Amino acid sequence: MHAPGPPPKKRLLRLRLNGRWREDAVAEKELLVDYLRDVAHLTGVKTGCDGGECGACTVLVDGEAVPSCITLAVRCEGRDVETIEGLATQGRLNRLQRAFHEKLGTQCGFCTPGMIMAAEALLRRNPNPSDKEIRTALSGNLCRCTGYVKIIESVQAAAESAS
Amino acid sequence: MTMAPDQTRLAKRPGVPLIDGIDKVTGKARYTADLDHSDALVGRLFRSPFSHADIIRLDVSKARALDGVVAVVTGDDCPHTYGVLPIAMNEYPLSRGRVRYRGEPVAAVAAIDAETAERALGLIEFEVKELPAYYTSADARAADAVLLHDNKPGNIERDVHNEFGDVRQGFAAADLVREEKFSCAEINHAQIEPHASLAEYDPATNRLTVQTVSQVGYYLHLMIAQCLEMDSSRIRVIKPFIGGGFGARVEALNFEIITALLARASAGKVMMQLTREETFITHRARPQTDIRLKLGMNKDGRMTACECEVVQRGGAYAGYGIITILYAGALLQGLYDIPAVKYDGYRVYANLPPCGAMRGHGSVDMRHAFECLVDRMARELGLDPFAVRRANLLQAPTRTMNDLMVNSYGLAECLDKVERASGWRERLGKLPPGKGLGMACSHYVSGAAKPIHRTGEPHAVVNLRLDFDGGVTALTGAADIGQGSSTMVAIAVAETLDISLDRIRVIAADTAVTPKDNGAYSSRITFMVGNAAIDAAKKLKAVLIVAAARKLEARAEDIECVGEVFRVGTGKQSTLPFADVVAAALVDEGAITVKGTFTTPPEAQGGKHRGGAVGSTMGFSYAAQVVEVSIDDASGLVTVDKVWVALDCGYAINPLAVEGQVEGSVWMGMGQAMCEETRYLDGLPAHASLLEYRMPTIAESPPIEVQIVETNDPYGPFGAKEASEGALAGFPPALVNAIANAIGIDLDELPVTPDRVMDALIQRRRQARLASSKKAAS
Repeated sequence: MHAPGPPPKKRLLRLRLNGRWREDAVAEKELLVDYLRDVAHLTGVKTGCDGGECGACTVLVDGEAVPSCITLAVRCEGRDVETIEGLATQGRLNRLQRAFHEKLGTQCGFCTPGMIMAAEALLRRNPNPSDKEIRTALSGNLCRCTGYVKIIESVQAAAESAS
Repeated sequence: MTMAPDQTRLAKRPGVPLIDGIDKVTGKARYTADLDHSDALVGRLFRSPFSHADIIRLDVSKARALDGVVAVVTGDDCPHTYGVLPIAMNEYPLSRGRVRYRGEPVAAVAAIDAETAERALGLIEFEVKELPAYYTSADARAADAVLLHDNKPGNIERDVHNEFGDVRQGFAAADLVREEKFSCAEINHAQIEPHASLAEYDPATNRLTVQTVSQVGYYLHLMIAQCLEMDSSRIRVIKPFIGGGFGARVEALNFEIITALLARASAGKVMMQLTREETFITHRARPQTDIRLKLGMNKDGRMTACECEVVQRGGAYAGYGIITILYAGALLQGLYDIPAVKYDGYRVYANLPPCGAMRGHGSVDMRHAFECLVDRMARELGLDPFAVRRANLLQAPTRTMNDLMVNSYGLAECLDKVERASGWRERLGKLPPGKGLGMACSHYVSGAAKPIHRTGEPHAVVNLRLDFDGGVTALTGAADIGQGSSTMVAIAVAETLDISLDRIRVIAADTAVTPKDNGAYSSRITFMVGNAAIDAAKKLKAVLIVAAARKLEARAEDIECVGEVFRVGTGKQSTLPFADVVAAALVDEGAITVKGTFTTPPEAQGGKHRGGAVGSTMGFSYAAQVVEVSIDDASGLVTVDKVWVALDCGYAINPLAVEGQVEGSVWMGMGQAMCEETRYLDGLPAHASLLEYRMPTIAESPPIEVQIVETNDPYGPFGAKEASEGALAGFPPALVNAIANAIGIDLDELPVTPDRVMDALIQRRRQARLASSKKAAS
């Protein structure tokens, strides 16, 4: 049989990932989630669906929560991208990580990185969110374990711990 | 067997976070898809586009010849069936001769990258002779229907018929007899982690390692050995972190065996990651169920008889089917005291993805019908829903008519707690229009007392290892799938040894390292593995006490161990820290390994009637819940405002985790009740994404107030029973009862989607108009 053609030509992507500038060759059509997982080895970014359904892949791009599975990597040129791996500083858990751990906002943990990143974006723009604001901000992130009760408690506890 | 908990020390504990929680919140936790597979081949499946067909020709030669394709496997590569019950293994990992549902795996490819693998799938030639396909139980059961499996006439996988007590007499003696039909849609587990397997085969040593999403590594290990005709000792199954299960991974799954076949065929490493759509098609969840239920009741609310017919549309293969249809009948009992119970169950084959076990296995749809009908009859008799339940309570300890042991029973206390917390008495009937309250009860087993494979081995084995570093390593085959079972094991060991939780390390679910465990199903781990962990810890404690006694030159019976300090009686001067005792225990012995076990006695393993083992357990959990709803009669939209739930889990080993499990199970019941439904168009899944398969988001999920009832079960570890499943089944009927309370409409179908509510509202308006025009005409 005929061999498949050569892989598509790549271009250089320069971005600040979890606080560090880096450059990588990526294909034009490469998704941000695949770049983060396969190139940068940040496997805390999860794939839970076939595209834009579950929020497990949520990362921050310039502080905004973005589903990385429907974002092209090349769209992040020159931008600030943050994943769950960048939240803890020198081994110290961030307030949301601590709250999700202590309040059992995580059970199986698969939705947790995305959930925490979506909550992080919320707390940065709104340090004291109401119950309704938390629910709205996290409504694109599906969890199948917790019934969301302890997720809301975790976000509230994190907000309180910062104030 | 049991150990009285030190209530003074444990009673007010808020619980502890998961021992693997930090890995989860930092992104360090590695799930199957996160394992390094940079050097692995990519596996892809060719699935049948036909619902029911005889295979005429399957030609993979062009796919195999494609540059970059390393292996292609078909049904010819595996002539062995797999499944759950040894008597009902009728499924090939890759179909042979016939396909029975759309999406059934037919062939599989391993290639150097995803694009090549997908191109290869397009080169597979598949020619069939189509057969009539059946998508409903009724069509599959029709007299002239083609059989899916030649040995199953009528397309019935299993019919169950039993009667306990005198049902005819019970109905004759009743003040009120009512019979109604209910229908519950098929649903899916929809765990957030899609299915994945990573298999590596080394031809030099003939060894195979499979890392996969299984809740049942041991059973998968057996099925791989069977299907690949490999010596079991050459296989290793490892469970990485698992992103939820709820029963989805409670049997060996086709793609897991296929990945192993591909790894061997390609003499290397293969990563198989299923899409969300494929994860839905793999299915094994709760079947579409039709229920006909008849109850007899006296004016005081006492039930006199129950007659129940359940028809489950089980999909194309056996899977857990026989067990599911037996559960539905067995668990008619064990919740209330009913003098006569008749059950007729039919598990039907249809040309759809196979159903299987899902949280609340077999009991949920039956319980929905039961709790709805009880409420409607109570209303007719002018009785309060709580009063009717209280009129039918069991007295523990007892045995049900179908020989299930009820050793502890906290339903009365659960009822009291949710009645009070919800303000039921003050608020029922006094809420604004469109608002209502409903309640229901439920129960579930704490581990199936009879194992699937009757090997004579204990139900659970836990090893504890203690070495020079003073760390205690617990080795358990129990699969932590997010429910916190490894944390439970750590607590059980730490409490028994009275040492710090930080000293415990748990290594779980690796068939090369951990003792065999049947896995995470039927809520068995806390009860069975918890008891085994306590047993092991007691043995380790005995070793340490002997060592401490030798060192302190005292008698072993005089040694006390409190908080990592060993001492003689009350003598404060002769104390030894934990490290010194460990050092003393290792002298002449070296590293210490002890083993704890748990086995259910024969009298716990169910009745002698056919299928009597299913439903048997040493401890039932009990739950009651109240649901408050608001209904918008312009849109039919139902909003759950709040849920109050109480669960008798015997004793909460980790109250934080118990709360989390109860909240999650109630919420999962809510999904089934309100919006979840699989739909097929001529066998093609129309629901197979997380947008089309609607489950509640955080925006529409209610506050859930959990109360824990502790009945201190005589056989449970520290008195504990299960906490993860018992509360689920109460939600759907409590919701439907609340809707009836709010708008006076009894709904018989799940889920209660806005269109179903609207249909009922429109029908009522039409009837009202008809009645008023008739009145005007007369």
